[in-house]
Amino acid sequence: MSAIPKLQQSDFPLLFELGAPGLSALNLSACDVPRADRAKTMPRELLADAPPPLPEVGELDLVRHYTRLAHRCFSIDENFYPLGSCTMKYNPRINERVAAMPGFAALHPHQEEADVQGLLEMLYRLRCDLAEISGLAEVTLQPAAGAHGEMTGLMIINAYHKSRGQQRSKVLAPDSAHGTNPATCAVCGQQALTVKSRKDGRIDLDDLKAKMDEDVAALMITNPNTVGVFDAQIADVAEILHEKGAQLYLDGANMNAILGITRPGDFGVDVMHFNTHKTFSTPHGGGGPGAGPVAVAEHLRPFLPVPQVVKRADGSFGWDAERPKSIGKVRSFFGQIGVLVRAYVYLRSNGCDGLRDISEKAVLNANYLAARLKHRFRTPFPPPYAHEFIMMPEFPGSDVTDLDVAKRLIDHGIHPPTMSFPIAHCLMIEPSETESKATLDRFVAAMLDIADEVERDPQIVRDAPHTMPVRRMDEVGAARKPVVRWRAGG
Amino acid sequence: MRYTQLTDEHVKDMLDAIGVRTIEDLFSTIPPGLRLKRDLAIPKGVSEPRMLADAGALAARNADCAKLACFLGGGSYDHFIPGLVDALAMQSEFLTAYTPYQAEASQGTLQAFFEFQTMICQLTGMEVANASLYEGATAAAEAVIIALNATGRSRVLVADNLHPDTRRVLATYAEHRGFDVAPLPCKDGVVDENALQHLLSEPRASARADSPSSDVAAVIVQSPNFYGCVERLDRIIPAIKSAGALAIISTDPLASGLLKSPGAFGADIVVGEGQPLGVPMQYGGPYLGFMATREEHLRRLPGRLVGMTKDREGRRGFCLTLQTREQHIKRERATSNICTNQGLLAMRAAVYMATLGKKGVAEVASQCFDKAHYAAERIASIPGFRLKFAAPFFKEFVVQSEKDVNKALAACCAKNLLAGTPLNRLDPQSPAANELKNCFLTAVTEKRTKEEIDALADALRTA
Repeated sequence: MSAIPKLQQSDFPLLFELGAPGLSALNLSACDVPRADRAKTMPRELLADAPPPLPEVGELDLVRHYTRLAHRCFSIDENFYPLGSCTMKYNPRINERVAAMPGFAALHPHQEEADVQGLLEMLYRLRCDLAEISGLAEVTLQPAAGAHGEMTGLMIINAYHKSRGQQRSKVLAPDSAHGTNPATCAVCGQQALTVKSRKDGRIDLDDLKAKMDEDVAALMITNPNTVGVFDAQIADVAEILHEKGAQLYLDGANMNAILGITRPGDFGVDVMHFNTHKTFSTPHGGGGPGAGPVAVAEHLRPFLPVPQVVKRADGSFGWDAERPKSIGKVRSFFGQIGVLVRAYVYLRSNGCDGLRDISEKAVLNANYLAARLKHRFRTPFPPPYAHEFIMMPEFPGSDVTDLDVAKRLIDHGIHPPTMSFPIAHCLMIEPSETESKATLDRFVAAMLDIADEVERDPQIVRDAPHTMPVRRMDEVGAARKPVVRWRAGG
Repeated sequence: MRYTQLTDEHVKDMLDAIGVRTIEDLFSTIPPGLRLKRDLAIPKGVSEPRMLADAGALAARNADCAKLACFLGGGSYDHFIPGLVDALAMQSEFLTAYTPYQAEASQGTLQAFFEFQTMICQLTGMEVANASLYEGATAAAEAVIIALNATGRSRVLVADNLHPDTRRVLATYAEHRGFDVAPLPCKDGVVDENALQHLLSEPRASARADSPSSDVAAVIVQSPNFYGCVERLDRIIPAIKSAGALAIISTDPLASGLLKSPGAFGADIVVGEGQPLGVPMQYGGPYLGFMATREEHLRRLPGRLVGMTKDREGRRGFCLTLQTREQHIKRERATSNICTNQGLLAMRAAVYMATLGKKGVAEVASQCFDKAHYAAERIASIPGFRLKFAAPFFKEFVVQSEKDVNKALAACCAKNLLAGTPLNRLDPQSPAANELKNCFLTAVTEKRTKEEIDALADALRTA
């Protein structure tokens, strides 16, 4: 590929630079009730002198603004997006169609249980399906995202220890853990300690044993782990923890590799969270909304958040708030319902057979990419991989970096993989099961092409991307003097 | 299968390239003893028409507000959502992108979030805002954590008339995070300002006689509060600040179309539930929390932040910024574990705010105000019904009845009117639960018509 001259000569306008005073794209019916007397109904001190200075733009210009912004984004619908640990799979349109049905979208959270039986039944089924997939006893659908699920899970574990008269101050996590794991410990007021990984990416059991004592509340682990390897020692890990009364927490980020093949509850996990936006295809939406249902083993059920969706003896569905040992509420109302509806549709569209097929194809796609690329790029961990793998874009004698390679992939219409996690300067590649062989082959060709370019014409790689409306951003400057809002007059 | 695209031939070619015989060989790292040796106990997959029929049958068993006149509020409102919101915010590029880590390939979402941050500042009267949080209650909890870190103090006063779910979430966070929550009493539906003064002037237990400063890190007040009443922020905020505590104000973002913003009174942190900004009710979520503050707390903000910068050729552009605050860099030293924002909801809110504009937000707020006051007047004129509180209100209010409230509400429901939320059931732990017996909370948005309001009044009269 060759460099393309810059497309955009002038700055792309901000909303605040469009329109003119007095314009609005809102078209409400005229108010059909008498105007309330402001002076009689509201203290003068509380009334605004003027409305807030929101932008004033007409309808067509607004449509063009947001349509043009949409065209300035990579997305699954347009681009291969092998972002490791994020499971950027296709988001089926039927999910959107169901979630938009007024019978789900136009429900108020204070409506009577009797008026929302269809939704409650769906949530109850989802709760049970997720418990089955996890091999654990019960699931709460309340947490708003994966990290929120982690926090909920750790609170449940701490409540459990407390119920046994224990206050445990330490939480372990492997050095390859997602950043949310140690941050969650800090949020729960606990000390996060790191357990070493071995050269092959698996947890170092000796280091784990050395760090275990009765002040450890839990180990937070991802399995298959972030280097894309299923750690076969997991049952031993569970035993080491359980001997000291500690709990095994599974970060479910990588569930896409094991659906219907092995279950966390069967390999010793006590608590785990799901990421519906990863495993169950709910759209990532530019960074949310997600949902982070949490599954727990039998002994932790009493501590789940309230309220819990239940099936009552008479066959009806409702919310149970009578759980005296519950950690309480972790968010308002009941959860990310619209997200959960999409996850349910995906889960039931696929069924038990489809779920297993998802993991088989996700793993096949990842191993295929690794096999095709390993001759040119170092893969520090031995195959077979789960649904993702680590690759090192190293070019001895050249100053081209992993970042340059990532940016050059953008010119090929491919979103870069996750970078420098869990080891410095690596690419973490997760193709997901929904990609075709042709797309995978295109990615291989692009990577090999870039590797050739590094030898032939490294400057083109260092200057990438060339095809985007902007070049590389001054991120250092952005952080040094942060400008996080527009102001009139600059 | 459904969403995979590999034929048997593809699979064979790929296995050959890998150098294994079967897909099964790729799972050899999972010990046989840990393998599931049966199918998951979940029904087999179904076709698209069958799935639509099944989901449609479940949807049909819900009484949706498309067919009802919804006067329910309490944090979720049936506002009118302009068609532009779905058409523009749900475009597939916004729907199916992820967090804009790669700035060059994400200028669209980045700029839209930058504009969102700006418009949240404009509505709240604050200096800086983040790119959204999960929802209103957790946004309040995150605000408390900012205040604890900023002041080094450990106690938080929480108004009794804060949304009950927010109070419960704060209690959960307090228990695990280790801070003290003390109730701030209310009187006649609004914060008891004398009690506030008293609580703020209590010296901390451990204080030395020569520095009897308060240990209150923050006071959280909601205005309009859970009962719909508008608080005297012009007096409350200065009182909080003079005690060295941060004033955290939870607000309805649409109220500032009519009322002075919390920022205008000097609030330190403004949070709230962003659902009124173009987000469908969806039985309570997903919504978005918003958070705005003053420049001095910028580096304490949790969640994603978008900054304006320049590219190598000097063109204006945007990127995620101050990421060193965040969990993936700071790990165990992070003060929040939040990873993503509520991107798609922030996008909806951005399109909504841009659609309304300055004129539109004033119009929506004004219609809510007028219709709520018309409804309140009609209901209060019915024998046996009265407004519980005399305090000024914005778009919702509490009604007290001599009749059996549950029966009255059920009678309205039979006429396709969701008249209100009974308060004693919703908030049984509230210190005011007893006082709120026979009370319900009614909200009136700009979407309700005079005809519907009159029908509501008639239904209550004959209930």
